[in-house]
Amino acid sequence: MTTVLIIIVAIVLVALALLPFAHRAYTRRSGAVQQLEERAKPALVDTRPADLRDDPTPADVEPVEVVEPPDVAPSFVERLTKARSTVAGYFGSVLSRGVDAETFDELEEALIRADVGVGTTTELIESVRAAAKSDNISDSRALVDLLRTDMVERLQRDRSLTTADEGQTVWLFVGVNGVGKTTTIGKIGQRLTTDGSSVLMAAGDTFRAAAAEQLGAWAQRCDAELVRGAEGADPSSVIFDGVQAAWSRDVDVVLADTAGRLHTKVSLMDELRKVRRVADREPGVVTETLLVIDATTGQNGLTQAKQFTEAVDVTGVVLTKLDGSAKGGIVFAIENDLGIPVKLVGLGEGPLDLVDFDPEQFVDALVGWDS
Amino acid sequence: MFDSLSDRFDSILGRLRGKGRLSDSDVDDAMREIRLALLEADVNFGVVKDFVARVRARTVGQEVAASLTPGQMVVKIVNEELTAILGGETLAITFAPKPPTVVLMAGLQGSGKTTNSAKLAAWFKKQGRHPLLIGADLQRPAAVEQLQTLGARIGVPVFSDPSDPVTTARLGLEEAKRTGRDVVICDTAGRLSIDEALMAEIGQISDTLQPHYTFLVIDAMTGQDAVNTAEAFHATLELDGVILTKLDGDARGGAALSVKEVVGRPIAFASTGENLDEFDQFHPERMANRILGMGDVLTLIEKAEEVFEEEQAEEAARRMMDGTFTFDDFLEQLAAVKKMGNLNSIVGMLPGVPKELKNTNIDDGEMARVEAIVYSMTTQERTHPEIIDGSRRARIAKGSGTSPSQVSALIKQFGEMQKMMKGVMGASFTKKKTKKNKKNRKKAKGGRVTQSKKQRALTASSPALQLPEISEDLLKQAGLDDAEVPFGLPGR
Repeated sequence: MTTVLIIIVAIVLVALALLPFAHRAYTRRSGAVQQLEERAKPALVDTRPADLRDDPTPADVEPVEVVEPPDVAPSFVERLTKARSTVAGYFGSVLSRGVDAETFDELEEALIRADVGVGTTTELIESVRAAAKSDNISDSRALVDLLRTDMVERLQRDRSLTTADEGQTVWLFVGVNGVGKTTTIGKIGQRLTTDGSSVLMAAGDTFRAAAAEQLGAWAQRCDAELVRGAEGADPSSVIFDGVQAAWSRDVDVVLADTAGRLHTKVSLMDELRKVRRVADREPGVVTETLLVIDATTGQNGLTQAKQFTEAVDVTGVVLTKLDGSAKGGIVFAIENDLGIPVKLVGLGEGPLDLVDFDPEQFVDALVGWDS
Repeated sequence: MFDSLSDRFDSILGRLRGKGRLSDSDVDDAMREIRLALLEADVNFGVVKDFVARVRARTVGQEVAASLTPGQMVVKIVNEELTAILGGETLAITFAPKPPTVVLMAGLQGSGKTTNSAKLAAWFKKQGRHPLLIGADLQRPAAVEQLQTLGARIGVPVFSDPSDPVTTARLGLEEAKRTGRDVVICDTAGRLSIDEALMAEIGQISDTLQPHYTFLVIDAMTGQDAVNTAEAFHATLELDGVILTKLDGDARGGAALSVKEVVGRPIAFASTGENLDEFDQFHPERMANRILGMGDVLTLIEKAEEVFEEEQAEEAARRMMDGTFTFDDFLEQLAAVKKMGNLNSIVGMLPGVPKELKNTNIDDGEMARVEAIVYSMTTQERTHPEIIDGSRRARIAKGSGTSPSQVSALIKQFGEMQKMMKGVMGASFTKKKTKKNKKNRKKAKGGRVTQSKKQRALTASSPALQLPEISEDLLKQAGLDDAEVPFGLPGR
């Protein structure tokens, strides 16, 4: 009869006994992060247009023109109109009236429903409320424009993808399970090879069954090379082999896949740190660590971005599955709070369904404005 | 997973609990905070609005039961409403009178359909059924290979045909009948709810299979859109339930709360880890308790009964009492606890465990290290750790791949634990002497009593609920009560 009590006590006992060890793991980890921060940043090549390149303060320059994707690729807006019909009308009632107390509530609701998050939404609404008060705005369209402009302004960042001056360029793809890392690599591979660059894909997802086959199918499709290891092999070694092979074969870019992992799994995040370290070893230079985030992700996306950045220093976000009904508002919070730019957007399963991020179109789509 | 939500509720309701009188502003504040907590947990905006409105309406008009303070009454209302939102009762899976029982899996890309098809097959297999998996995801490269690999791992045959998904489904069903399989699980390609062509296709698959259960697979990290997705799939497919995946992360799982409310279909299963056995039926009422920080003792007891042997546990308890609990016993307990699953999730099920303990991420790798240290001790050292001197310590460290300071930290910790256990066990054994408690314990443990009785037994005075005092004691002794230094333990 005492079993239950004993078991619970036993669990507490075991848990307490393990605490100092958990603590050690924690300190070790933060140490690693510090080292990571102290490590000199690799030399990056500036891929922006020549007229902008010499500007000494890249942060202050106008953002790089969004390169129009190839003719066949869908435009951001085109793909979104389909999804848009489901949200159109959020602002209908706001625009049909003057500004009143409910206007702000409705704006707030639209943003929260788009997954922007309560914190960021409150910040935005307060800023608009203050501006509206000082400018004495009573027209609801002007108010919506104010919010829109404010949001777009918060999304001004350099979104170029960088390659290494010297050494082997490596782009590392990280993220939680099922966000579309492998598919994104396939699509980026397609884009790079179409542009005339050579690509090698390293199948660092050695955990999920048949992940390497999936990447292999993409490699074949876009005529990229593939380096893979056995299932269950150490991902670092597979990626290291990939970098070596790419270097000796003079390949332009290595796209390194990793297994999806929840940011709460300490050991898996440690593994990822190692992957990044090893990929960065001569001649490899990791110029981009791209966090892939699914547009359906809610507030957890912010935690993901924080944790992955702490572990492997994320340089950009790829927002996938934006062709669905989800708005991907969480990346607004990620960019606004953490300053990590969204670099690419996935709009479908086709090889060409990957486009550059466009803040204005994104903001318009976010709350279903007519642009 | 719902832990951070439960932390929030805990602090909001904690302020109300003790109050004898509730003013309007008390209620207003609490409602505002509940709204915020739910929205931050990704609960659908509309659902939050309704939830808060309902709780408020009930709070205001409510006669306060004589035995409860107004604060407790609010807690009770919130608990009841949460349980209602989560879906009330556990979905009971029944089998078709004429086999096979057909299950169709649907969902967005990357929600985990393939993995969870295999997990569901493994679950049916554990129930003594003979499932067949159909791989009808012909879209994603290598999806069928993934299912085949998983099928091989759990010993369930996988059928697929390269033609098209609808034909695959039809042939798969025939194959199942031919080979006498009594459960068929059909994996499908991920699709967006707004993709008309693909939605029509899954409609056709459903017409072909005439499934007994259609499950929508939803990622626990999904935001506000979960409801739109579920509604769209429900319109095409008539869903029977939802499988919630990736619950092992720190997502607050608000999608789970919303879907039942909006679509009216319960969460049938939940997946809590990457391993194929980390998957089970979802129990709404237990989850509501967990969100409110009341622990999930029922699940814990079930899990414990699977792995602990009563006699062995009694023996361990006796040793704890006399203080002769050795490292060997510790290993045994550790092994048993490990069998119950991830230590963090187990700690999460305990009622009233302080946050410091709950939020400590205990990595399985660290458990292995502790085990390695004990395994590197001789039999004599395990029973009499006091004989471990410098050279023995160095040897143990070498043998386990750790450092001597880690070894002494564990030994010191163990010693303190031993002392503590002696005190705690002694105290609680005197406590449980009353007859009433004994009876309740029986109820809480036995599977025969009804759910409501079980609940009552637990909330009344089951021994598990005495734990709060115990663990606070423990923490105090371990120097953990100070939130500033949650790790104020040897080895720091």
